[in-house]
Amino acid sequence: MKINSIAIPLPIDNIDTDQIIPARFLKQVDKNGYGQNLFYNWRFNEDGDVKESFELNKPERAGAEILVAGNNFGCGSSREHAAWAVAGFGIKAVVSSQFADIFKGNAYNNGILPVEVNPSTLEKIIEAITKKPETRIAVDLEKQEIAISEIDLKENFEISPFKKECLLNGVDETEYLINLKDAIEAYERKVATE
Amino acid sequence: MSNTLFDNIWDRHVVKSISEGLDVIYIDQHFIHEVTSPQAFDGVRKRGVGVFRPSRCLATADHNVPTINQSEPIKDPESAKQVASLEKNCKEYGIELYSMGHENQGIVHIIGPDLGITQPGMTIVCGDSHTSTHGAFGAIAFGIGTSQVEQVLASQCLVLNRPKTLKIEVNGSLKPGVTAKDVILYIISQLGTEGATGYFVEYAGDVFRNFSMDERMTVCNMSIEMGARGGMVGIDQTTIDYVTERASISDKKINNWLALNSSEDSQFDRVIYFEGENISPMVTCGTAPDTGINLNAKIGSSKHLSDKALKYMKFDSADLISEQKIDYVFIGSCTNGRIEDLRAVAKIVEGKTKADHVNVWVVPGSMKVRAQAVEEGLDKIFAAAGFEFREPGCSACLAMNDDKIPAGSLCVSTSNRNFEGRQGPGARTILASPLTAAASAITGKVTNPTTIMEFA
Repeated sequence: MKINSIAIPLPIDNIDTDQIIPARFLKQVDKNGYGQNLFYNWRFNEDGDVKESFELNKPERAGAEILVAGNNFGCGSSREHAAWAVAGFGIKAVVSSQFADIFKGNAYNNGILPVEVNPSTLEKIIEAITKKPETRIAVDLEKQEIAISEIDLKENFEISPFKKECLLNGVDETEYLINLKDAIEAYERKVATE
Repeated sequence: MSNTLFDNIWDRHVVKSISEGLDVIYIDQHFIHEVTSPQAFDGVRKRGVGVFRPSRCLATADHNVPTINQSEPIKDPESAKQVASLEKNCKEYGIELYSMGHENQGIVHIIGPDLGITQPGMTIVCGDSHTSTHGAFGAIAFGIGTSQVEQVLASQCLVLNRPKTLKIEVNGSLKPGVTAKDVILYIISQLGTEGATGYFVEYAGDVFRNFSMDERMTVCNMSIEMGARGGMVGIDQTTIDYVTERASISDKKINNWLALNSSEDSQFDRVIYFEGENISPMVTCGTAPDTGINLNAKIGSSKHLSDKALKYMKFDSADLISEQKIDYVFIGSCTNGRIEDLRAVAKIVEGKTKADHVNVWVVPGSMKVRAQAVEEGLDKIFAAAGFEFREPGCSACLAMNDDKIPAGSLCVSTSNRNFEGRQGPGARTILASPLTAAASAITGKVTNPTTIMEFA
């Protein structure tokens, strides 16, 4: 999994899932269409007009596959709709100095790569992409590396080997669990005798 | 060196260890609601596997339901579709469902404990971050995403990273007017919204020992607001009494539960101490739950208050929070929608009436809580005070139904989140205890309950 793209800066700390996708848009029974409501309250005025000044709406950010956000991205509700909205908008990786646990898991389960970097690195990335919107960020999952060649930035990021395997080789965690049926039933029998 | 309560429960639920710190964990109880489950049911249907252990699942409709005229069909077609979808899925897979109108219906984190389903030593999940509530019973309980809901439906298991353990000890006694809600708002204000990320919390010390189960649930409920995976309280006589009043439990099982507890020499990854005497009635002043300040403080005294939040809240940092005129009061939610919360509100408002300009909604956490409140005559006290006593649901905590706070209006709320737009687009939320909410309803401005309460 390699991503090479321009990016959207959102240097706000503690962006919660109610901002990513407000609760009134959680009423669908499928996973489609959430991208159009991503950051709805920040992207649109009360009358539904586009807020031109918001980064996601700027023409120079169109087609970006990377979102770079402030610390503690995705805090709050467990709604996976937040991950569906991010993915639905075309984002393939989110960069921050820290992710809330549940969002991070939801991101992995939807093929979005959460890239955790040092706070100082995050600052440098935000500065670079804010100054020059055409700046490209390269994310390489196999090498666990994020880089911006223009500013000589290169940093490794952490990911559990299991999650990495799932993303790289398309291992489906749910199928993995379903295939553990014998072990799960053996566990149930063991507990029943205790 | 002995294990912590968390370690003891975790270790007993490992089906398979994948690698260091990564385990397949068996889930004892799965709670389900209408918003985060439809796609998961579709998933197991498409895979052709169905639901592995339907008897370990329990569903209810809570997030979308109206809180008036629940006997009528839901007017919002999308909400109606989600509830209908839950009903269809539960029927198809043989899952017990308490939908609208059922005597056991209510907010998922209120009914699980109250029906005796939530028990010590369990692993409990739900597609809802406030699943941490159930940790009050000495259980590992936490919120999950919909993909994980699908995994639990399909296998009754999850692949989980073992979190670190954090003990938060609060000792001493609490001042009059200080409730469980104030304690947790205080802790969150000290740690920050990301202060416990990566940890599972155990709340220890006199203050939690002396709390009732309802109070412990209020505390554990908000663990997620400081980033924690969940929060729990050790198992003691208070826990046992609550559970055995609701379920038949053998002595052997009780002894097994008590043996799970942490002991004096249990090793936590991190320990934090607070003193109960230092805690005052708290309210938030910003747009994150860590912006709690005491009710006599200036708005600017919150160390977590950003300029963005100040602007959204339309506050001046030099003003006192207690001078703020309010428009709405919401009493309810999985944080404070239990019978003890309603009793506390009734006690403070009895013989008083709300300020004319304030709308007050009291939304019980479940049909059972509502029936109990009526039996005790609390409904009459609310009516006399001008409070609207509604039907159960999540309501204005997240405003998925019609219970929205209008843009710009200021609401004192006993719920758990004050994020921008949480209670409706443009709504401004102040988180508070039921006592503070009730006191504020009466005066029409943010009010320290100790200024109008009489203490025995």
